[in-house]
Amino acid sequence: MHVYANPARFLKIARPLTPWLGWIGAVLIAAALIDGLTLAPPERLQGESVRILYVHVPAAWLAMAGWSGIAAASLAQLVWRHPLAAVAARAIAVPGALFTAICLATGSLWGRPTWGTYWEWDGRMTSMLVLLFLYAGFIALAGAEKERSGEGRIIAIYGLVGAINLPIIHYSVLWWRTLHQGESISFLRGTSTIDSAMLWPLLASALGFSLLFGAIVLMRMRTELARTKVEARLRRMAA
Amino acid sequence: MNPWPFVVAAYALAIAGTLGLTAWSFVAMRRAERAAEGLKDRP
Repeated sequence: MHVYANPARFLKIARPLTPWLGWIGAVLIAAALIDGLTLAPPERLQGESVRILYVHVPAAWLAMAGWSGIAAASLAQLVWRHPLAAVAARAIAVPGALFTAICLATGSLWGRPTWGTYWEWDGRMTSMLVLLFLYAGFIALAGAEKERSGEGRIIAIYGLVGAINLPIIHYSVLWWRTLHQGESISFLRGTSTIDSAMLWPLLASALGFSLLFGAIVLMRMRTELARTKVEARLRRMAA
Repeated sequence: MNPWPFVVAAYALAIAGTLGLTAWSFVAMRRAERAAEGLKDRP
């Protein structure tokens, strides 16, 4: 991991990787969403509203994957003092928050025709809302820390502590059996209760959104590195 | 209840949000990298 700790070495990889991730992600998303809207069959009980699955589930996965990334970067920052770890954590925060908001909004839109309500204080929905607040707190703290040019240790600790919410989100449908449906796909057991005609566009959509998420994170990291370079150069010129 | 307005709203929201953030991140990156390149040429 320390091989990529050098910003110059990181940029050498990130520059060509960003457009590849972005374009492959965009093509996969377009194909998966067209499939999800037109070719995939409606569900036996939910009918056409099940098509929201192809945007809601990838958003939920990315919301959780985003915070997992923040927690991993925070650990790398605290333990190994990895110079790019804090940059990576800050770059993940905004896309992570966006996908959490998309997950909550699309879930709400799915809930109205399926459950008859936009919102219920159910375990899964409430823990996802807590995740959105955690992201908002992280973004605010990171902004404040940058202004006072701190080391970012407090944000890293916050990123690690916030990861406690991830198993709560994951197991919420088992611990509190309320409105939200249970687990349909288990990557740990390698099982799925979803028909393959619906599963493939879902997996393609999840992969596409994940690649695009990666491209967005790389772009935001490159932005921060370029801004740091400009600030350092201006300081040197002023001295 | 007709589910299509909900499906269309969910897709529109997800696509607009993702496209918006991608475009914003791209423009910010181009601007920052151009500024860094511009300063490199200055004595």
